[in-house]
Amino acid sequence: MILIAVISLGAIGAIGAVFLYAASKKFEVYEDPRIAQVQEVLPGANCGGCGYPGCGGFAAACVKADTLDGLLCPVGGAPVMSQVASILGMEAGSAEPMVAVVRCNGTCAARPRVNQYDGVQSCAIASTLYGGETGCSFGCLGYGDCVSVCNFDAIHINPETGLAEVDEEKCTSCGACVKACPKSIIELRKKGPKSRRIFVSCVNKDKGGVAKKACANACIGCGKCAKECPFEAITVENNLAYIDYTKCRLCRKCVAVCPTGAIHELNFPPRKEAAPAVDADKVKPAAAPKPVAPKAEAPEVSATPKTEAPKVETKEETNQK
Amino acid sequence: MENKLYVSPSPHIHGGDSISKNMYGVLIALVPAFLVSLYFFGLGALIVTVVSVFFCVLFEYLIQKFLMKKEPTICDGSAILTGVLLAFNLPSNLPVWIIAIGALAAIGIGKMSFGGLGNNIFNPALTGRIFLLISFPAQMTTWPVVGQLTSYTDATTGATVLSLMNEGALDKMPTLSDMLVGNMGGSLGEVSAIALLLGMCYMLWKKIITWHVPVSIFATVFVFTGIMHLVNPVQYASPFVHLLSGGLMLGAIFMATDYVTSPMSKSGMIVYGVGIGILTTVIRLFGSYPEGMSFAIFIMNGVTPLINSYMKPKHFGGK
Amino acid sequence: MLRTFRIGGIHPPENKLSAGKKITALAAPKQVIIPLSQHIGAPAQAVVKKGDPVKAGTLVAKAGGFVSANIHSSVSGKVNKIDSALDASGYKRPAIYIDVEGDEWEETIDRSETLVKECTLTSKEIVDKIAAAGIVGLGGATFPTQVKLMPPPGSKAEIIIINAVECEPYLTSDHSLMMEKGEHILVGVTLLMKAVNVNKAVIGIENNKPDAIAHLTKLAAGYSGIEIMPLKVQYPQGGEKQLIDAVIRRQVKSGALPISAGAVVQNVGTAYAVYEAVQKNKPLFERVVTVTGKAVANPSNFLVRMGTPINMLIEVAGGIPENTGKIIGGGPMMGKALVSAEVPVTKGSSGVLLLTKEESVRKPMQDCIRCAKCVNVCPMGLNPAFLMKFTVYKDWDKAEAGYIQDCIECGSCSYTCPANRPLLDQIRLGKGKVMGIIRARKS
Repeated sequence: MILIAVISLGAIGAIGAVFLYAASKKFEVYEDPRIAQVQEVLPGANCGGCGYPGCGGFAAACVKADTLDGLLCPVGGAPVMSQVASILGMEAGSAEPMVAVVRCNGTCAARPRVNQYDGVQSCAIASTLYGGETGCSFGCLGYGDCVSVCNFDAIHINPETGLAEVDEEKCTSCGACVKACPKSIIELRKKGPKSRRIFVSCVNKDKGGVAKKACANACIGCGKCAKECPFEAITVENNLAYIDYTKCRLCRKCVAVCPTGAIHELNFPPRKEAAPAVDADKVKPAAAPKPVAPKAEAPEVSATPKTEAPKVETKEETNQK
Repeated sequence: MENKLYVSPSPHIHGGDSISKNMYGVLIALVPAFLVSLYFFGLGALIVTVVSVFFCVLFEYLIQKFLMKKEPTICDGSAILTGVLLAFNLPSNLPVWIIAIGALAAIGIGKMSFGGLGNNIFNPALTGRIFLLISFPAQMTTWPVVGQLTSYTDATTGATVLSLMNEGALDKMPTLSDMLVGNMGGSLGEVSAIALLLGMCYMLWKKIITWHVPVSIFATVFVFTGIMHLVNPVQYASPFVHLLSGGLMLGAIFMATDYVTSPMSKSGMIVYGVGIGILTTVIRLFGSYPEGMSFAIFIMNGVTPLINSYMKPKHFGGK
Repeated sequence: MLRTFRIGGIHPPENKLSAGKKITALAAPKQVIIPLSQHIGAPAQAVVKKGDPVKAGTLVAKAGGFVSANIHSSVSGKVNKIDSALDASGYKRPAIYIDVEGDEWEETIDRSETLVKECTLTSKEIVDKIAAAGIVGLGGATFPTQVKLMPPPGSKAEIIIINAVECEPYLTSDHSLMMEKGEHILVGVTLLMKAVNVNKAVIGIENNKPDAIAHLTKLAAGYSGIEIMPLKVQYPQGGEKQLIDAVIRRQVKSGALPISAGAVVQNVGTAYAVYEAVQKNKPLFERVVTVTGKAVANPSNFLVRMGTPINMLIEVAGGIPENTGKIIGGGPMMGKALVSAEVPVTKGSSGVLLLTKEESVRKPMQDCIRCAKCVNVCPMGLNPAFLMKFTVYKDWDKAEAGYIQDCIECGSCSYTCPANRPLLDQIRLGKGKVMGIIRARKS
């Protein structure tokens, strides 16, 4: 009795095994095993910051590609890319670490509210309706569309200023907030050596007077920075200055000449009062809105990572006029 | 700035309708049925209703305040409504502690565990009733005989139309006119068809509900039981008896039309109503429970999300 | 039984405070601001420059594309500058500023009051004249009229439907125009009929304007092919598709043009503008605007030059009341809340509505209770509650399957929602996204 049961079940099992084996051979889909290996080392956030649909898509693209140039997982950064490179036996492409930058400094104090929005708290909806609560129709609305799309808790609305602020420690430069911002205020910029960077914190294209009236911190498109820049990194278009981060050498001259403080410098050490400074009394700490920039004609200053270039700069002569 | 203008997307006016207006509207529609139950069951009906409402509101308040940590919304009337509907589904001699358990099941399990009003899958009052029906079958299926105005838990109980039907004792039925006004045993709110229909008319007039759900339930039950009655009049009661007995009227008008748990499109409502009608009849005629209304609604509540995604409203310019 | 459209609809309080008020012509202000985008489609291209003298009726900007419209000066004077100005869109957009000097009109304009009935022009000439006069849909949609009068190849117009329902609460500009310029409107309708070669026109008027119905019915006896059809009061009957459904019982398919149902719909104000353009050579540079609101001292109907700042209109109507919370360009259901009262009157301004603070503020939103009231009122037969959910969760495939692109943004859903949910706010956003996806797929 038991024997019959064992035999019949065994037979069913054997038939099933043969069938499954045949099916698996017949319908096998070949997948490069390296795709799975690459995917293993990726962060798995599926943020799409690399430009591919999720980590799987990126892994497939890496395996397919001949070189890793231009392929970068913004979340994992260089360490992950070097792992990927070792799996695939390729050189990791060199890519600058980037960070999201919110280019608006229209704080509640600087940009008076002229009306009150009473709709859904969504930048996308408010921006299709009108220019915003202030006189500036280009600036940050502060309803936090960028906050809700960030997978890394790296961007928040500061209740005091009403502006989005990036936590650069957490930011992986996946670019989700850049896409979410209906005003195109957020930009991915080179993180810079020691996170030092200079950018124009304004996207207002109105004429100078109009922009200034709407916001005390606005770029008025006066062009002083562009004239001052020794590297031709600054262009002024539509009453708005823009600093090309690939050309900028972080000399900070533009910061000094900006009449409205629209050009921001981040993470620079406080300026030392260099001994040979002529106008030492004008030198202010870096945190001040209009610090006097050091003279930095030195073309040997390089902006590649790991150099100590900015420090070198600050040690140089500080002489404005 | 002096006078800041408001800016918002259109429309700039609102019709003034609100959730609480709808909830209190349903409560007003329940008043006739309540008065009838007071007339037939007296003190018991009053105590059961008050206790049920009290516990429902209390549990809603406590859960919102201490578990969900948000501002309690007991004033919107939804908890009161759940309490009244739960009471209407109970025999008028049910002890207080059982009602309290029912209220906890209704509010705690049926409503708040899903996130509160609007997020629940099943009708809270029904959840409470079914919970009690399964937990306390003896107490829940013995109904007092009408006319004992001053008694509560001590009331003498008797058979209901449906239990007679289930036993096949079709000759002991009350007359149709008695069933119409509610002169028969049963849960306290379900007995009077006239009072419930009056409530339905009020809700239709106030546009709180549309006719689709109740009418499709009535029609389905009528047709289905009618066919069975024609096939075998001795074993199966007439469709009129089915329409007027048990919780069918109460369920079709007040429970099945619950906003949250019924479909949104007209066609969906009719599918839902027909489903309830068929399930009710099947349970009544072929099941071991005498009454199938609450189970039928409960099952169709579960099907509602599916109906919602397949039965789209009639689209302008569509077929 | 009066006709109306067959799906959904609401009946908000009518509040026609300025009904029966005579149209008062306002003098030109000191300076007018004429935006270059007063219509749907490409902005017009300015053809004047700073310092140029202009007269009322002078072309100052010509159509910038097929779907675009000419713009004329509404006053005589000098071009002060071409700059940007805040308009009803809520953004600063290019506009022509004109300093007013005197009130000279172009010589070609016939300023006499006499009614000119005869017209010997061909249909092509009529359409060309309408295009030259820069006429757009005056109901608020501002779609260039000449484009509507040129049916795409393969389609044939059978009937002209004149939209005189004025379903928006508060507004009375069309009503007052019908009472005072009834005869002119009927001539305009015959011109439109001639332009698209049809011999039948229906003027749909809601039943809450019995005087206009009686007046036009009496006058229409003298014109062949024009029928006045009273309609049941129901919002949004002024929607093009809804009006076609109400009048000829045909439903335009999703994504199709009204011409597919054989109908060309024009606003009653447009018909009047067509009369003036064709018979009097007068381009569209003034229009009737209702200024109203419960707190407004004198709700009125004004004949206003384009480019007049709306605060001037409000001033004549009794000034901005103390507790004004919102100024709306248009009606309360589909109008746009304005950021400031300095916004100029444009071709699409049918009214200016002032709401008090109490009326302006939205009530807090609650969870959806799936009561399906929005489904019941949606005139397009959509499920607004679900479409809002799909938009919030960015589920564009489901939104498209739910016909979000068919939403006419009438606002009936938000108006009705007992939980005060901002249904239309979200749906409008989702509609824009889905329409972008559809366009991208087609190209």
